[in-house]
Amino acid sequence: MIEGINITKRFGDRIVLENVTVRFDKGKTNLIIGQSGMGKTVLLKCLVGLFDFEQGEVFYDNRLFSKMSFTEKKSIRKEIGMLFQGGALFDSMTAEQNVMFPLTMFTTMLPDEKRDRANFCLSRVNLENVNDMLPSELSGGMKKRVAIARAIALNPQYLFCDEPNSGLDPQTANLIDELIKEITLEYDITTVVVTHDMNSVLEIGQKVYFIYKGKLWWEGDRDNILHTVNPELKAFVFNSELTRRLKPV
Amino acid sequence: MKILYHFGRYLNLLLKVFKQPEKRAVYRRQFMIEIDNLGYASAGIVAIISVFMGAVLTIQMAFNIDSPLVPLYTIGFATRQSIVLEFAPTIISLILCGKVGSRIASEIGTMRVTEQIDALEVMGINSASFLILPKIMAAMFVFPFLIMMSMVLGVAGGWFAGTTTGLISSYGYVYGIQSFFHMYDIWYALTKTVVFAFIITSVSAYHGYYTKGGALEVGNASTSGVVYSSIAIIFANLILTQLLLA
Ligand SMILES: Nc1ncnc2c1ncn2[C@@H]1O[C@H](COP(=O)(O)OP(=O)(O)OP(=O)(O)O)[C@@H](O)[C@H]1O
Ligand SMILES: [Mg+2]
Repeated sequence: MIEGINITKRFGDRIVLENVTVRFDKGKTNLIIGQSGMGKTVLLKCLVGLFDFEQGEVFYDNRLFSKMSFTEKKSIRKEIGMLFQGGALFDSMTAEQNVMFPLTMFTTMLPDEKRDRANFCLSRVNLENVNDMLPSELSGGMKKRVAIARAIALNPQYLFCDEPNSGLDPQTANLIDELIKEITLEYDITTVVVTHDMNSVLEIGQKVYFIYKGKLWWEGDRDNILHTVNPELKAFVFNSELTRRLKPV
Repeated sequence: MKILYHFGRYLNLLLKVFKQPEKRAVYRRQFMIEIDNLGYASAGIVAIISVFMGAVLTIQMAFNIDSPLVPLYTIGFATRQSIVLEFAPTIISLILCGKVGSRIASEIGTMRVTEQIDALEVMGINSASFLILPKIMAAMFVFPFLIMMSMVLGVAGGWFAGTTTGLISSYGYVYGIQSFFHMYDIWYALTKTVVFAFIITSVSAYHGYYTKGGALEVGNASTSGVVYSSIAIIFANLILTQLLLA
């Protein structure tokens, strides 16, 4: 379980997050949704400790993460897998080396074991024959998938995904959603997914937080999101023909 | 005030760089890669510049020493002294600063703006140490070899220019470069080199590490990396010369 309590984050004198409180349960796929530029990525980065924030606390299974020293944080970070919005693959390494990197740094696995594990993770995101390709030789969606493979390589306890299926075709996007759901259940981990894809919301939104202008505007799940009366959320949810057809009357 | 801010942040980064490197095996491998990237890849340009520098130096010495009271072998002696004391360690370091410094700043800067550094941090890796320490160590190790090569090639270039233009006999030149030789001069030069290597890698890494923004800022970081490490080298040169030779 991950909790962010009363998080307020400023850049200069611009408030990007204001008193946001979120709670992500274990074994569930938790979603953060919202329009572009509303602070979803910033919230994620506050939760994993990449951004310092003015006010608030972050707990990982009741361990007060936000006040820990770098060395203390390290033990928790080894349990975190994170997919960045842009992938953030190491561009001097091949796809396979990227996935093997966390294994090299944090396990005593033999090279063959690491390669097997990397291949297993790559196959889970439906990637084959890309092992020796550099990130610059991969398509946008392939990069994203390699990055997901890297994020799950160490069997994380906490999985953060920033827009895992943006830039993917609907089928592959679905496959990634399925994968995230499977991993979450299979290993009973805490998963947080940032998305603005309504498909994913309905697919894996066991818990949904809607961020609007840096504030927590609504929380619920995939079942009650279609019945919302919140005008901003309604505008977000029913913006396309497809979702308008789902609108309960 | 700005300069104090940067200096403070630079020292802070260095503290982070030298704190607890994680997996030694991984660092060793990075170290070897950096020796290749920073040292081996610079050998060509160092060689070319050294030969021509030595050649020009010898010709200039010959033109400046046209008094019959000064023996001709002084040309060889003076060429050697200039190369060993100043041209090889300082000028070549400035050249390396342009080549290696811009590479380091833009490599690390790109990793910053594409969130690769964040990715390392999230994994619990000390990114500063992981990225910068192998570069500093590799440069401090390999630059002295480049500078020694530069000395040899510079003196050889001088010999070639001096003898082919007929300004000095081969015997005279070789006699000159052997006279009044003090091993201490070499140590002095190599000490400077090691300090410069540290400055180049750490200052340009600093500028890359704190890049904010995108491709444009990476370019700026690369430029400031080179500019500030060059300035730092010039100052360090003055101080070290005062300390070591005076
Ligand atoms: N490093 C930064 N420095 C200054 N402002 C920032 C920084 N990162 C984000 N912001 C600002 O914070 C706000 C929220 O950004 P954030 O990246 O969280 O948006 P987002 O909800 O993830 O959007 P998207 O869906 O487009 O990724 C934006 O207005 C952005 O300008
Ligand atoms: Mg974002």
